[in-house]
Amino acid sequence: MSASETRPAVEVSGLVKRYGSTTAVDGLELRLAHGKVLALLGPNGAGKTTTVEVCEGFLRPDAGRVRVLGLDPHADSGELRPRIGVMPQGGGAYPGVRAGEMLKLVASCAANPLKPDWLLDVLGLTNVLKTPYKRLSGGQQQRLSLACALVGRPELVFLDEPTSGMDPQARRLVWDMVAALRADGVSVLLTTHLMEEAETLADHVVIVDHGRVVAEGSPAQLTTEDPDCQQLRFKARAGLDTSLLTAALPEGCHVAEAASGTYIVTGRVDPQVVSTVTAWCAQQGVLAEELHVGRRSLEDVFLELTGRELR
Amino acid sequence: MLLAHARTETRLTLRNGEQILLTLLIPIALLAGFTLIDIISLPEPRVDSVVPRIFALAVMSSAFTGQAIALGFDRRYGVLKRLAATALPRWMLVGGRVLAGLTVVAIQLVVLGVLAIALGWSPSLPGVLWSIALGVLGALTFGALGVLLGGTLRAELVLALANIIWFVLLLAGGIIVRAESMPSGVATIVELLPSGALTEGMHQALNGAGPGWQPVLVLVVWGVLASVVAGRTTRLT
Repeated sequence: MSASETRPAVEVSGLVKRYGSTTAVDGLELRLAHGKVLALLGPNGAGKTTTVEVCEGFLRPDAGRVRVLGLDPHADSGELRPRIGVMPQGGGAYPGVRAGEMLKLVASCAANPLKPDWLLDVLGLTNVLKTPYKRLSGGQQQRLSLACALVGRPELVFLDEPTSGMDPQARRLVWDMVAALRADGVSVLLTTHLMEEAETLADHVVIVDHGRVVAEGSPAQLTTEDPDCQQLRFKARAGLDTSLLTAALPEGCHVAEAASGTYIVTGRVDPQVVSTVTAWCAQQGVLAEELHVGRRSLEDVFLELTGRELR
Repeated sequence: MLLAHARTETRLTLRNGEQILLTLLIPIALLAGFTLIDIISLPEPRVDSVVPRIFALAVMSSAFTGQAIALGFDRRYGVLKRLAATALPRWMLVGGRVLAGLTVVAIQLVVLGVLAIALGWSPSLPGVLWSIALGVLGALTFGALGVLLGGTLRAELVLALANIIWFVLLLAGGIIVRAESMPSGVATIVELLPSGALTEGMHQALNGAGPGWQPVLVLVVWGVLASVVAGRTTRLT
C-alpha cells in the first residue's frame, strides 16, 4: 500500500456552507476510506449536493476543512480535477451535441482516457451515438453523464443521484458499474435517497439531515438494533381486526397495519410469536404472505431519524 | 484539448439551424437586398456602402446574439459544469469558446466577402486587412457582451433580450442607418455604441484610410468593461 492509499480519499470536518441566511451544511463530518463506496443519504434539501460540490471544488466552504485525495479541492483544483470523475446532478452536455461527440470531447480533456466507444457500449448507448443530447431520455442522459465521469480513469468519483430518472434495468447497470469501480480500487462517493441503492452499494452510509450527520455506519450497523425491537412483517387481506392477535401476543409486542394489507409486529420476535401470528391467520382464514422476520430496514432507520413529514 | 473544445463548439454552431439563419442567411439576404434593391439611398457603387454594414451585422449576430443564446442554453443543460469538472483548465473553457467564435466570424466574412465580390465589390488590400482586424476586435467585444448577457440570466430571458437588442442595434444602432445620417446629438451617442463604432470603423477601413481611432477605442472600452463585469457575474449553471 502506498501512502496515498492509507490516507482517506475524502476527509471533511466541520464543514459549513451558507446561502444567504440559510445554512445548507452545518458542521458536517465525513470520511471516505480509499477504495470504498460511501453513500450520502438524506431527504431533499439535506445538504447532500452542497457537500459534494464543495468536495468537487465548485463551492467554497464557509468554514471547515476539506481534503480530497489529500488536496484542497478549491486551491488545488487544477491538480485535483484530472484525478477525479464527476457526475453532476441532472447530467450536463450541450443541448445539440451528439452523445458520442460529447464523450469524445470529455475524453480529450483526459491524459489517458478509456476508449469512448467501449464505454458507450458498456453503458448501452451505442444505438444513440448520433442522437442529440436534448433528445435522449432522462436515463440515457444520466448514463452519458456517468460515462463522462468515468472516461478519464479517475481514482475517485462523485456521483450525485446517479440513478434518478432511470428505469430498473438501467439502475442495475449503474449498480454493476459502481461495484466494478470498487473492485478496481476506485473510491466512490454517491448521494441518493434510494435506500435500496445505499444498502446494495455502500460500505459506509452517512445519513444527513439539515446539513448535519444524524447517523452513520455500514448498512448492517445502521439496521441492527436491540433484540426487543425486532419486526415481523407479513401481507394479508386489508382491514383485518387485529385486537385478538394483540391479546394473544406476549407482553411488549405490538401489531399494526402499517399500510393497507401490510401488518407489522414489533417487539421481541421469537418462535412463539411467529406461531401465534400464523395461528391467528389460520383462525381468520387468511394466508400470511411474504412473512419476514428481521431487522429494521434502512428506510425505517431513515424515516425515524429524518421524520415523516414531506419536504 | 483546446482544439477539441473549439471544434465541438464550432460544429454545434454550424449545425444549428437558427444560428445559421442568424449568422449567415440574414446577412446574405441583406447584403444582396440592399445592394440590388433601392430600399435606402446610397452612393454608387452601392455594394461599397453595404459591405461594411453587413460585416458589422454579421459580427454582432454571431459574437453577441448567437453566443449569448448558446451560452444561456448551455448553462441550462449543465455543460459548463460538466466541462469545468474535467481536467480542462479554466482558461481553456473560455479559450475554446473564443476560438470557436472567431472561427465562425472568419467563415461569415469569407462567405459574405465572396458574395460581395460577386456583386461587384472591389476592396483594396489594406482595406481588407483592416476589416479583418476590426472583425476580430468586434468579435471579441461583442463576444464579451454576449457572455455578459448569456452567462448571467435565465435561458429564456437571454433568448428574448439577445434578439431584441440585435434588432434595436440593427435598426437604430448605426448599422442600417449610419450615425452620420442621424441628427447630431443622436449621432454622437450612436457612435459610442459598439454597433455604431464597428460599422463606422468598417466603413472607414474599407472606404477610407483606416478605421480611425475613435471606433477602435469605443470597441476596446466596451470589450474591457464587458469582460470585467462578465468575469464577476457569469455562473456555470
